[in-house]
Amino acid sequence: MFEFVVGSPLNIVLILGAVLVTAALLIWVERRVLGFLNERLGPNRCGPFGIAQSLADVGKLITKEDWVPPFADKMPFIVAPVIVPVVMLLSFAVIPLAPGVGIMDLNVGLLWVLAMAGLGAYSAMLGGLASNNKFSLLGGLRAAGQMISYEVFMGISILGVVILSDSFNLREIVEAQHKHGWFVFSQFIGFIIFVIAGLAETKRWPFDLAEGEAEIISGFNTEYSGMKFGLFFVGEYIGMLLLAALIPVLFFGGWYAPFEWLELPNAIISGIFWMCVKTGFWIFFFILVRAALVRPRYDQLMNYGWLVMLPLSLINLLVTGAVVLAQGN
Amino acid sequence: MNASATTANAPMPAVITALYEKFGESAFVRQHTAEGMPTLWVGRDKVMAVLRYLRDEHRPRYEMLLDVTAIDERTRINRQGQPASDFTVVYHPTSFSGNCDIRIKVALPMHDLNMPTAIPLWSSANWQEREIWDLFGIVFTGHPNLSRILCPPTWKGHALRKDHPARATEMEPYVMSDEIQDREQEALRFKPEEWGLTRRSENSEFMFLNFGPNHPAAHGVIRFALQLDGENVLDVVPDVGYHHRGAEKMAERQTWHTFIPYTDRIDYLGGVMNNLPYVMAVEKMAGIKVPQRVEVIRVMLAEFFRICSHLLFYGTWAVDLGQLSPLFYCFVDREKAFNIIESITGARMHPGWFRIGGVAQDLPKGWDKLIREFVDYFPARLAEYDKMVMANSVIRQRTRGVGVIDTAGAFDWAMTGPALRATGLEWDYRKQRPYSGYENFDFEVPIGVNGDCYDRASVRVEEMRQSCRIIRQCLENMPEGPYKADHPLTTPPIKEKSKLDIETLINHFLSVSWGPVMDPTEVTMTIEATKGLNMYYMVNDGGIGSYRTRIRTPSFIHIQAIPYLSRGLMLADFTAVVATTDFVMADVDR
Repeated sequence: MFEFVVGSPLNIVLILGAVLVTAALLIWVERRVLGFLNERLGPNRCGPFGIAQSLADVGKLITKEDWVPPFADKMPFIVAPVIVPVVMLLSFAVIPLAPGVGIMDLNVGLLWVLAMAGLGAYSAMLGGLASNNKFSLLGGLRAAGQMISYEVFMGISILGVVILSDSFNLREIVEAQHKHGWFVFSQFIGFIIFVIAGLAETKRWPFDLAEGEAEIISGFNTEYSGMKFGLFFVGEYIGMLLLAALIPVLFFGGWYAPFEWLELPNAIISGIFWMCVKTGFWIFFFILVRAALVRPRYDQLMNYGWLVMLPLSLINLLVTGAVVLAQGN
Repeated sequence: MNASATTANAPMPAVITALYEKFGESAFVRQHTAEGMPTLWVGRDKVMAVLRYLRDEHRPRYEMLLDVTAIDERTRINRQGQPASDFTVVYHPTSFSGNCDIRIKVALPMHDLNMPTAIPLWSSANWQEREIWDLFGIVFTGHPNLSRILCPPTWKGHALRKDHPARATEMEPYVMSDEIQDREQEALRFKPEEWGLTRRSENSEFMFLNFGPNHPAAHGVIRFALQLDGENVLDVVPDVGYHHRGAEKMAERQTWHTFIPYTDRIDYLGGVMNNLPYVMAVEKMAGIKVPQRVEVIRVMLAEFFRICSHLLFYGTWAVDLGQLSPLFYCFVDREKAFNIIESITGARMHPGWFRIGGVAQDLPKGWDKLIREFVDYFPARLAEYDKMVMANSVIRQRTRGVGVIDTAGAFDWAMTGPALRATGLEWDYRKQRPYSGYENFDFEVPIGVNGDCYDRASVRVEEMRQSCRIIRQCLENMPEGPYKADHPLTTPPIKEKSKLDIETLINHFLSVSWGPVMDPTEVTMTIEATKGLNMYYMVNDGGIGSYRTRIRTPSFIHIQAIPYLSRGLMLADFTAVVATTDFVMADVDR
């Protein structure tokens, strides 16, 4: 019988493997679901229902020539694509999947995630600047501006959660929700802001201005090909997975079932099951968003961030603090 | 029947009387043409005064310079009653308030090919004069940038002159040595000063961005040199000519009949809509009156292509703004329309299906069932897109007040079609000057208010609804009768007759091998095409083909206005402006 302890080698191997496989599968799932939403089929030729599509893509990307444009700034050009998947995987280390299942149990888990996501901004920025291409430059600048601004609101939006649970530790946040009820109800504004900022952070549609294929042709990754492009790509999907896992942890009670009687007998299996269900829901939500929404203009995005999101998240923080103080007294 | 003889007896148009009064009858020579459009020759020294008078003082005003073109007259035989001329410059001002046209011609001798520029009167003259310089070598004095526009900068000669070869086989084999390659590449080097752009201002150094020739939002091989300050578009210079096939030159070597398939490929989203002005122009010269069934079939297919073209616009516009799904929905609908077109004509995008005096075949059995399915299905889809696209608040935010042009501006830049109607002017050629039986149909002309990107799009969306209405009326009221006119010049002629006797057999043989031979004249035919006014101006010298065919396409003219529309916007707005200009590069470069 295996013992599940946070940080055991078995945990690390299993979670790393699961995240990478899921990210690869996600690429296929997204294309397939988008296909159905758009009245077309999507990739359906590779394996049953096209499920092996990502495998074929990886094969293609790896065997492609590893090319660096002669006009590019070589070092940062090569480093940039590595950053995203690495920091996204590192963030995953603190995500609690079930009791005893996880890689790290950090006291400052939430800060760790924010810090890693902040580092992720370098990827698009460096890639855009190092490419020495005007479209990439615009994309890199957009990425930098957008991610740095939205990080601010993202941080402030979850401070309410921190106040309510009295901890930065993600496991404790989950436990606090088990005790007090899901934070999505008590922190509804914080939740909305977090989802929007999270979309912007991961450069998901409709906040993919850094790529904006209609105006700046893929932006920061215009010059990338082969596996370097593949790393950007897979990094984006790990980011999406991370966000989809973080939302349940912070606002939807983490690994606990919505109602007591829905818990499965084994705590670990039940935890993993419910995390998968909740994460899957959010992934599906992001795909729907991509099929439905329109990309705003860059200045509109920034205005919206600084003039709407920032005041809202500050008010949310103040009100939460005041209420907690009042109740405490 | 001599067409010009009949118009000569018609009463004198008011505009000619007014011009005679103002400038004296001796200043003009009047010419009679098949379609009866007032045509006056005037001296080079007076032409600008005449044009200015027509634009400003004459009532009704001639607000728009619809077209400027030239004719190489040196090998033309039948010029009775026309002043001596080697090259003729033809101006075509149009009056929207008076719903009339006039043709002003200026004769130029070979040794002195100079004309004053009309840009001070109409901004839209800019590119058209460049085109005339490029293709005919006529110099427009005072033009700010008289450089080649359709041919490459290193091109030798002027392609539409009669002594310029039309086929590659008439020229030396083309070899590109290293030296030539270097020269060609050097000629393409981007120097902002030559494009009228400055490199820096007091505070910042500008970035020049090549938007195209290969760019997903450029809608074809066009290049915009953008002068950017951060993401703000300071200036734009469009560069066209990547898609030039010399369609007007080809028209001079094809017969009347064999040029029809070339017209399909001018606005390749318009399909048979392009055949329409061409065959109607030839029919006018030949004096053919087509049966009613032909008219209704033509209208029905033309409206189908209007829907197809607008659907492509709709989807790509949404995707340019960053909304993925509508593109696929629109293409699904477009596919359904193409399936119907295919089952009727046998081809999808370029049927080349209209004929001089009729259409190629009768409608197939069961056509009405297919079309009924479509007209029942399509309006519901449009309503769905309205909710998804037009009512979307982000799209409204991004396109309202962006790329604004008012009616006066649209006249100045010669913008027609949906772009003109979006400014609030209710002017549709199908209503104002009905052709091919449009007067029998019940439809509305949608207009906009602000003339911005949103209005241009919503006009097109509403036009699809109206087109669907027209198609339904065609479906329910399709007249019985022949699909070809019973006229000796109908090409190809009705086969049954050739089996009767040797004379009709010979006649049939000649009609098939030569096509119609008609009395020399000139004719202009304009239609409300998918993207604006599409005009064919043809000079017939009595041969088996056209002596000169001028194809006035809306896209070429509209692209000129893009800098005007997009100065001061952001890069993302620029794609919205480009998308709502709705051009096709084949239509631009011809």
